[in-house]
Amino acid sequence: MSLDLPRAMRKALYDDTDPAAVSGHEDHPPRMGFFTDTSVCIGCKACEVACKEWNHVPEDGLVFTGMSYDNTQGLGADTWRHVAFIEQRKPIARQEPGVQHDVPAGQSSDLRWLMASDVCKHCTHAACLDVCPTGSLFRTEFGTVVVQEDVCNGCGYCIPACPYGVIDQREGDGRAWKCTLCYDRLTVGMEPACAKACPTDSIQFGPLDELRERAGRRVEQLVEAGVTDARLYGHDPDDGVGGDGAFFLLLDEPEVYGLPPDPVVTTRDLPAMWKHVGVAAATLVAGVAAAFVGGGRR
Amino acid sequence: MSGSDVTKDGIHGARPDREATVGVNAGRAGGGGGRRRRGGAERAMVPDAQFTSYYGKPIINSPVWEAPDIPGYLFLGGLAGAGSVLAAGAELTGRPALARACKVGAFGAVSAGLVGLVHDLGKPERFLNMLRTFKPTSPMSVGSWVLAGYGPAAGVAAASAVTGLLPTIGRAATAGAAVLGPAVASYTAALISDTAVPAWHDGFREMPFVFVGSAASAAAGLGMFAAPVGENAPARRLAVLGAALELTASKRMEHRMGPVAEPYHHGRSGMMMRTAEAMTIAGSIGGLLLAGRSRVAATVSGAALLAASALTRFAIFEAGMVSADNPDYTVGPQRERLARRQPAGAAAVSAPGRHRSAADVPSNNQGA
Repeated sequence: MSLDLPRAMRKALYDDTDPAAVSGHEDHPPRMGFFTDTSVCIGCKACEVACKEWNHVPEDGLVFTGMSYDNTQGLGADTWRHVAFIEQRKPIARQEPGVQHDVPAGQSSDLRWLMASDVCKHCTHAACLDVCPTGSLFRTEFGTVVVQEDVCNGCGYCIPACPYGVIDQREGDGRAWKCTLCYDRLTVGMEPACAKACPTDSIQFGPLDELRERAGRRVEQLVEAGVTDARLYGHDPDDGVGGDGAFFLLLDEPEVYGLPPDPVVTTRDLPAMWKHVGVAAATLVAGVAAAFVGGGRR
Repeated sequence: MSGSDVTKDGIHGARPDREATVGVNAGRAGGGGGRRRRGGAERAMVPDAQFTSYYGKPIINSPVWEAPDIPGYLFLGGLAGAGSVLAAGAELTGRPALARACKVGAFGAVSAGLVGLVHDLGKPERFLNMLRTFKPTSPMSVGSWVLAGYGPAAGVAAASAVTGLLPTIGRAATAGAAVLGPAVASYTAALISDTAVPAWHDGFREMPFVFVGSAASAAAGLGMFAAPVGENAPARRLAVLGAALELTASKRMEHRMGPVAEPYHHGRSGMMMRTAEAMTIAGSIGGLLLAGRSRVAATVSGAALLAASALTRFAIFEAGMVSADNPDYTVGPQRERLARRQPAGAAAVSAPGRHRSAADVPSNNQGA
């Protein structure tokens, strides 16, 4: 078994430059993505609703969770935008609402409510796309990752491959579904439904390069204003997935929002896996041969 | 409600002041103004909320693969692949009954395994889409093509062995199945390791050896179970070799994984793993010592090895599910990785300094 991967595969697995070009889109538009600035999210869930309406995503279970104001719970086949709610006894910054409350000594009334709209990250190195055996998942000219529902045979491999827990199988349908970054809207020059509906511009859509610049400025602004918890997540092209097409400004550690702190695309280890599989297969042959050689004939 | 439009030609109508100003009006960093302030922002005594996860929800989505289809296939594919190699060896060394038993068993196993695979698909009628493309980045795609070659070869080999027809083609098919067999028995390790499931991915170095060891002892079990006692000597030796490889590799795997290996020790999956180990040892040693003399011992040992191999795969499958459902197994190792990457001390602080220099900003929000 040759361990030298084809050049195209090596490039697709490790290079972090231009996923659309690596996938064969010549002369493609700039890579598009989301910058979700959670510091201005008000938890209105307009994004969840807009996404459902535009993409005709079915109902995802009407349950009461007791998880703050979040009954949606997480991303899945029928939830392509998910607004997380986290209540913390912690000030968001030096806010002075102008009203003095009497607070017993030693007890803080500070409350901050973290709200964040999660979505498919449209990774530079997308594990779901790598492992899809049918070619149903593909890279668009915008550098986004989309499932072709007329090809997907519901093998389910993409689901545990995703390091973020985004894609899932739709019950009663069997196929895998996730955010398309509104591929249909993009192709006619429109903004994705969630970004369009966001009343505070917490969800910003645009060319990824521009979003990264804007996000950098935003963190600087927040840190200067005293929000020292502000940090970007998924913006770094050197991270384990080659940078996310949809990245975030967070106000706490990623795992607080249900995001992995250091995700790595599983296929990064695939060449090593094939190598070990090759050695193991050879070991099996050698073992069977040894079983016939040793101990004489019988 | 957003006033801007992003088109292929750029952004139109962007609001110049789209940057919201959280906290800016409220105070300047280091603000020395003598204004009355509760000071909550400045006191370091505000405890950090101790969240390590989002309400205990898993980070990754759990596989939708189901037992018995998928762990059953992991077992049956291993049995078939190693069985075909054993069959070829038996044929070459003049053990026709052992060869025939292994060929029939291998074809039966791969057929049953394929039924399970198709049954597990969300859209079973689209199973042929597996051969729509070839992707070396997808172990499932590679495996589909290997099976597409192996299945017919194993079928022809078995049919020829049973009927005695077309012996030349039968020999060629036996050789073909023996060449592809090791791939069938081992690729499934890459298949499950190439996921974000902690207990599968983190074992990617040893998993192929666990799988081929388990496959070898299963094939040996088949040989003992189904072939005459007089021809089963290679199977008895293979059982010991396979068991030794499987147990050594799985110990190494669990050791390397650290805390992520917990599902292999505890709970239902841990119990299945231990039971499988005991059965593997009993079956292989019992087979080596007794199955050459006693038909009953050969049958019992063979059955024990087959059951042990199946149980091992079900245990590994179950352990993966448990590790996927618990955010600790996903977050813990990633946190450790981050901590190792950062200089000592820096890792403890959830500072924005990871992303930009904030040295000139007083750290007024780092409770505890």
